[in-house]
Amino acid sequence: MSIFNRVISPVLALVALPILLIGAWWIYTLNSTSFFVPEPVGLVETFISTWITGERLTADVLPSLRRLGMGLALAIVLGILLGLLIGLNRTVRALTEPVFEFFRALPPPVLIPVLMLLIGVGNTMQVAVIVSGCIWPILLNTIEGVRGIDPVQSETSRSYGISGFSRVRYQILPAAAPPIMAGVRQSLSIALILMVISEMFATSSGLGFTIVQFQRSFAIPEMWSGIAVLGIIGVTLSFIFQFVERRVLRWYHGLKEVENAA
Amino acid sequence: MATPKRGKPRRTGDPPWMAPALGAAGIMGFLLLWEMVPRVGMVDGRYLPPASEVILAAIENLGGGDFWQAVTDTMQAWAIGLGIAAVSATVLGLVIGMSPFLKRYTHSTIEFLRPIPSVALIPLAVLLFGIGMESALLLIIYACFWQVLIQVLYGVGDVDSVAMQTAQSYGFSYVQRIRDVVVPTVLPYFMTGIRLGAAVALILAITAGLVIGSPGLGSSIARAQQGGAITNMYALILATGILGVLINLAARAVEKRVLSWHTSVRGELAA
Amino acid sequence: MQPETENTSTGPMPAGKTLSDEDTLLRVRGLQKVYQTDAGPIEAVRDLTFDLGRGELACLVGPSGSGKTTLLKCIAGLMNVTSGEVILDGQEVTGPPKRMAVVFQEYGRSLFPWLRVDSNVELPLKNAGIDKAQRRELVQEALEAVGLDHVPRSYPWQLSGGMQQRVAIARAIAYQPEVLLMDEPFAAVDAQTRADLEDLIRSVWKKLGVTILFVTHDIDESVYLGQRVIMLSSSPTVIQDDIDIDLPAERTQLETRSAPRFTELRHHVYEQIQAAKQGFRPDGD
Repeated sequence: MSIFNRVISPVLALVALPILLIGAWWIYTLNSTSFFVPEPVGLVETFISTWITGERLTADVLPSLRRLGMGLALAIVLGILLGLLIGLNRTVRALTEPVFEFFRALPPPVLIPVLMLLIGVGNTMQVAVIVSGCIWPILLNTIEGVRGIDPVQSETSRSYGISGFSRVRYQILPAAAPPIMAGVRQSLSIALILMVISEMFATSSGLGFTIVQFQRSFAIPEMWSGIAVLGIIGVTLSFIFQFVERRVLRWYHGLKEVENAA
Repeated sequence: MATPKRGKPRRTGDPPWMAPALGAAGIMGFLLLWEMVPRVGMVDGRYLPPASEVILAAIENLGGGDFWQAVTDTMQAWAIGLGIAAVSATVLGLVIGMSPFLKRYTHSTIEFLRPIPSVALIPLAVLLFGIGMESALLLIIYACFWQVLIQVLYGVGDVDSVAMQTAQSYGFSYVQRIRDVVVPTVLPYFMTGIRLGAAVALILAITAGLVIGSPGLGSSIARAQQGGAITNMYALILATGILGVLINLAARAVEKRVLSWHTSVRGELAA
Repeated sequence: MQPETENTSTGPMPAGKTLSDEDTLLRVRGLQKVYQTDAGPIEAVRDLTFDLGRGELACLVGPSGSGKTTLLKCIAGLMNVTSGEVILDGQEVTGPPKRMAVVFQEYGRSLFPWLRVDSNVELPLKNAGIDKAQRRELVQEALEAVGLDHVPRSYPWQLSGGMQQRVAIARAIAYQPEVLLMDEPFAAVDAQTRADLEDLIRSVWKKLGVTILFVTHDIDESVYLGQRVIMLSSSPTVIQDDIDIDLPAERTQLETRSAPRFTELRHHVYEQIQAAKQGFRPDGD
């Protein structure tokens, strides 16, 4: 009984529904030969031959991921740096806020045609698209986080002579970390959207382009396997983020738990 | 100052009109910069027309039927998609959230499906629906569904178990329990989901137009770009941004209204 | 040093005790603080003059709203004075001085929740550029002094309110200040913990020889803790009275608080505070 409770039951909870869904899909494909729905085993084979053993992994997937990583990293660094500078100055904050709100509300995909014109098609433009779409949630959340800093914390820093760069490092950055991480989370999904559609829209390589090619040539199982690749990237990114967030904000989650229990 | 609740003498910062004035100055400064950059030749004016030309083109658009047709198409996809996603996610969220069994057994599937980017479905949408509005709807519904579902699940998880047991012991039916105990708790979470979903829905409505060509502002932008009508392209992008701002403001206003009603009904402050 | 100093409330310009230059560590002269608010200027502190001797433990007590926190922040260099001056060891205070530490009332907000207990204590030392070995020693000593050397790796929010305030006190004493300013540090902890913390302050003070200015609104606490109690009037604040507490140096919660002399002193302070609340002002305003 205890082994059931500790091991079997959680595993069952984890896999039961996925197995059920895949089973239903498999049974469905047994009876129908729908053009749009590939059967599961064949899809796995297609997936392996298309993405793992073929050269698409190095030719399309990795370059896409590299652009995604560069764009995100730049957006995070720039967003936090600018956010700190702006958030710490009340006048600059009031001056810039409406303009930034506009850019946050602007649906990021419209930046693609603009940057195509200004930079030209290529790697730089794709990274620039990701940066210019992802920076706003991070920037605005950093500004918000800096603004919301507890005045008692700031007085503590002042009274112990913690100022300038030390204050940013030891007080402001950690204090603003929860909203900053929330901004990064929003940016992740924007980055993925922009990576895919900038490739669909404007280039002749990369994951997004390849998947659209499959669709145009009616290579349906390959198309589905491409959708699966995007899904895996999305899920992996989300897990990496959750892992990092749990470590960075361990104190915050603990604090919230204590506060909620009170 | 013995008690923290005693009102501290407020130090006069800036007068109340200061922040809006600075904000307006910021906007003017941004437009001025945008005006100057192509005029002094820092960027080719063919690729980035000056702000004044773009604003004039945008105003001109306001008088044309094509522009309003595109806005209507975009907003139609936005509203229908958000509506379907909100209703289905709320119903599913309530059913799953209220059953510990379902919650346990759907968790892994939800956590796996949720981060899948909705744009991954673009090829499928094209295959199934071509350039019709249905393509945009598929993307919008998929993206917004998770936003609302997750919030509703959080909300149901927040329902006070004592209140739930009390309702049960007084013989409240399933529907009554949902109406009188669950819904009031879930409402603020639901509103958050709608606010996030509203922004996401616009992003995908524009994306569908841009990439697939389903009717709306997105496809107008793509057409302007391909046809070399650069000034008009910028004018349309400006309009899209303003639409985004309006949707954000409206979503926040609705959220505030619903929640103020909510707190006055429940007689307590929402945390 | 006279035990009874009831004469201060009769002079035309009331002032706290002043000392000779060599005995003085902290000097407050004619301190005035006026806030500019939307509704016009508000004079929180009108005119305060007193000296704090080297190694003294003085309590500052006054009715709520008497500008105690304002005064403390001016002394700590966290707030600019409107007129008058604060002089620490011969130097005018214009910003937070290096040899001064503040313990705030809101321990939960003054400790950094992202740092563990030992890192919270260590941070000001690290910032001051003290080397690692010495830092570790100072942190260890300070945590021992407040009886918290068993929880260095906890986060502050995992501890009770009283223990959190001990962490804040440890942080202050590890910083090795000459002056320790405490702003109603025990206002938010329960009565039992409060008694323990009061004894802790007296033992730390005796052991380290630090000068302490302890702000409180609790009359019993001020008499029990201090060598001297400075009473403030209601706002705009002036000094209502300034008396020596001639209780023995060895104090215990049970015996000291039941001593007749404690009752007398307490009575005196209570009367002065009541008078202040009712608007009686030594400056006749």
